[in-house]
Order: sequence, then C-alpha cells, then structure tokens
Amino acid sequence: MIEAISLSKHYGAFTAVDDLSFQVDAGQVLGFLGPNGAGKSTTMKMLTGFLSPSAGSARILGHDMQRDALAARRRIGYLPEGAPSYGEMTVQGFLAFVAQARELRGSAARQACAAAIERLQLGSVLQQPIETLSKGFKRRVGLAQAILHDPAVLILDEPTDGLDPNQKHEVRRLIQAMAADKIIVISTHILEEVEAVCNRAMIIARGRLLADDTPQGLIARSRYHNAVTLRLEGAEAAASQLSELPQVARAEISDGLLTVFPAAEGLFEAVSDAIGKHGWAVQELKLEAGRFDEVFRRITAGEEAA
Amino acid sequence: MSALRTVLQRELTGYFATPVAWVFIVIFLVMTAVFTFYLGGFYTRGIADLEPFFRFHPWLYLFLVPAISMRLWAEERRSGTIELLLTLPLTVTQAVLGKYLAAWLFLGLCLLLTFPIWLTVNYLGDPDNGAILAAYLGSWLMAGGMLAIGSCLSALTRNQVVAFILSVVVCFLFLLSGLPMVLDLFSAWAPQLLIDAIAGLSFLAHFADISRGVLDLRDLVYFLLVIGFWLAANVVVLNMKKGEA
Repeated sequence: MIEAISLSKHYGAFTAVDDLSFQVDAGQVLGFLGPNGAGKSTTMKMLTGFLSPSAGSARILGHDMQRDALAARRRIGYLPEGAPSYGEMTVQGFLAFVAQARELRGSAARQACAAAIERLQLGSVLQQPIETLSKGFKRRVGLAQAILHDPAVLILDEPTDGLDPNQKHEVRRLIQAMAADKIIVISTHILEEVEAVCNRAMIIARGRLLADDTPQGLIARSRYHNAVTLRLEGAEAAASQLSELPQVARAEISDGLLTVFPAAEGLFEAVSDAIGKHGWAVQELKLEAGRFDEVFRRITAGEEAA
Repeated sequence: MSALRTVLQRELTGYFATPVAWVFIVIFLVMTAVFTFYLGGFYTRGIADLEPFFRFHPWLYLFLVPAISMRLWAEERRSGTIELLLTLPLTVTQAVLGKYLAAWLFLGLCLLLTFPIWLTVNYLGDPDNGAILAAYLGSWLMAGGMLAIGSCLSALTRNQVVAFILSVVVCFLFLLSGLPMVLDLFSAWAPQLLIDAIAGLSFLAHFADISRGVLDLRDLVYFLLVIGFWLAANVVVLNMKKGEA
C-alpha cells in the first residue's frame, strides 16, 4: 500500500503540492491527471523520496520514506520525468548497472535484464549508446530499468510520452499485464490512457486533489453521459421536435451533429421512436457514455482561472 | 559497500566511454612534460630528482582537477540522472563516495602514466626513489583535496561552467592561503591565531614538504581532513537540495 499523508511541497511562496492525502492498494492502477504544472511530478518525486516533503509524509508498503528510505526504495520501480538515463552507456551496460544497484547478482541479474529487454523489445539496440537512440527507445529503456527488479510498487511519470501509437499500445498492455499484483501509479495528460489502463483516476490541479474516482465514474460526470447524438438532414427541425419529448432536457447542434441531453430514463428509446415516427434519414446515431475531456476541462477550469 | 562499488564502477567506465578520459590524459601528460622540461629546467639543473616535475603540480591541478570535478554532480542534475541515482537503494553518502573515488582513481591513473619521467631520472642518475614515491603520494592527495572541493561545489549547480569557476576560485584560495597575498587581507584585523589557522590551510605549504620527499604525518592527516570535510559538505548539500528543489 502507498500512503500519502498530508503531503505538501512549497518552493518559497509557491505551493506545488498542497496537503495531498490518498492511499493506493495492490491491484490498483492509479492515473494522475492534471494540467501541466499541477504537481503530478512533484508528488511522484516525494513518493519516491527524491524530494523531501515540506510537510506530511509518504509511506511505501509500511516503510516511511523519510526514516526508512532504503527499504522503501528497494520495493519501488521508478521512471522519472523525461526518462533520464546515462547517455554514454549502452543499453546493456545501463541495465546491468541498475541490476547491480538493485542488489541483483549473477544469474538473477542476467535473468532480470533478459526479461526486461524482452518485455520492452530492446533486443535490437542492446549495444548502442543510449544517447544515440530515438525518443521512443529511450523511454522504453527507462521503463526497462523501472521494472527490472520486479518491484511491488511502480511509479511511472508519463510512461508513454514520445512513443508512437503502436508502442503506446504495447506499453499499456505491459502495464495491464503487471497490474494484478502490483501497485502502479502513472501520470499522464493523455485521457484515453487513463481509460485504457487505470482503474482509478485522480485529477490534480494547483497541487490539490479535485477528483478521485474510477475512470468510468469520472466519465459519468460528463453532461454527455447518456446523451444521444444524431447526424441527419434537417437537424434544426428535428431538434425542435425532439425538444418536445419529456425525456429530453435540451437539444444542441454543433458541426452538423444534433445532441439531445437526457431529462429522464429511456432517452435512446424515445429518440429511436421519434426517428421511426417522423421517417428521418439518420446517417449516424449514438448513445454517449460521456466525454472525458469535457469532465477534465470542467473540473480543472475553475482552478486555472483562480 | 557494494552499492559504493557499483557507483564507482559505473563512473569509471563512464570516463572511458566518452572522449573525456582520453583528452584529459593526453593534456595532463603534455602539460606535465611542458612544465617539467621548459619551466622546471629538468636537464639544466643537473640534479637527479623529480622536484621540477612535482613543483608545478599544484598549478596544473588548479585547472585540470576542476575540469574533472565540474561534471560530477552538475551533469547528473542537468540530465536528470540524479533522480534515477538517488532513488536507487543506496545512500547519498555511498553515491558521493562512489563518484568521488572513481574520479580520484582516474586522477591516480593519470599520475601513474607519468612513469616515463621516473624511468628517465633513474636512467640519468641515482635518485632517492623513496622520496619520489612519497612525492607521488602527496601529489595524489593534493589532487584528492581539490577534487573533494570541486565535487561539493559541483553539487550546488546544474551548470558545469559555474561549477568549474567556483572550484578554481576556492582551490586557488586554498593553494595560496599561506602566501602574503591572502594573509595580508587578514593580518590587519584578525587575531594571530586565525591567521595561523588560515596559513595552516595552505595546500602549497603542505605540499612543499611532501614534494621534497618528506612525508610528514601532519601533512597526510591535513589532506585527509580536507577531503573528509568537503565530502561531508557534499552530502549535506545534496540532502539540502532534496528539501528545497
């Protein structure tokens, strides 16, 4: 279990993280979401002990990060912001160094390296200096060193930044595959990533926790949740007719798409009936689950303006 | 202990993975030769010892040691690898010692590579090899002292140029603290005890005996204390940076 207890970080008068408390249990994949500068990375740096908090504390599997740092760090795999690594080292040399620093020896070290190389498909670049690699490969080298010692806790700061869509997909599969028995915390500003891999999402802005829910729960907060969107000829006429229905709160048209928002249950059926009744030529009809980006903007908007 | 060795090995191989090591070795050897033969008058003196060789080491180190030490921590901070290093299961002290010892061993290797001059003097005459060994040891200790200063100052900044200049200035003060140039600043107002203490900090004074081959325990302890003090300060600086940035 990871515990953050009233974590705060101040830089002079600036508050990067403001009294943040939360717990993460095994099997959870927690996504940190927030605008740039929200305090995501600072929180992760405090969880891993790279920064000491101005107030509060972090505990990793019961080990206090200030008093018992080495025991805590042994259990953590960490991908720092920007995936730093020693550029002059080869991929193989770098992973061997991390394995040694992680107190793996002999065949255990070789097996750990081989497994990480395999999982992140680094086999083709093993002998290349890291500084000569593409951004995507560098990120994967950073991930490889983080998972090398099969840690119980994984803290990954923007694990898929700079990867192409295929590589993103692979990394997400990797995270999902490891999720069952680990505690995983990732930060990202890619909303679809949270939907794809996380079973819990926290939205942070200006160092404060604004929302803590499942991704589905957050999406359900969208005003589009259970709305129905149609594409058809004569959208204006249809909009005014649909507005009459008791299940419809209001109808909006944007970019030729007509969206009706629910006032009560059974909106989709009511809209379907109306289509049949009026004989509209509908090209597209969809029930909306909700829009994550809209929820994200709404939750963080007030904060940025403040 | 093994964590320290892990860091040390990585650092040391790091030197040779880049042109840093090779460039440094070549420049170091060329400079020692220039100083010894042109400024030191190695041949014209007609004495079979290495005094002209060792006499210029403080001045050589003044610029070459900060060139090695400037990147020790500033580079880690600039590239972000410090975050990787300090979240591995090792203590700040182990990281500081590992990086320091790697750099010190590297400087030791550079010194060892000056062995042709030792062969030359033995070919030409019959020098006191015990004194030469003592002088080598003293030279290495002095390099270690400057390296510890540079390592600590390198942890203060992410800018290597700043680290270099700071280190040269502080090393320069330590070198000269026994000379009137520095002491005159204090003699007008400071008590004699303080002036003696400042004079006693001089690298030059402590190195002067050693370079003649007199290995006094006090000089040895002095250099070890300097190294210990600055490395401890290095650990403190890194821990303070955790708290602020």
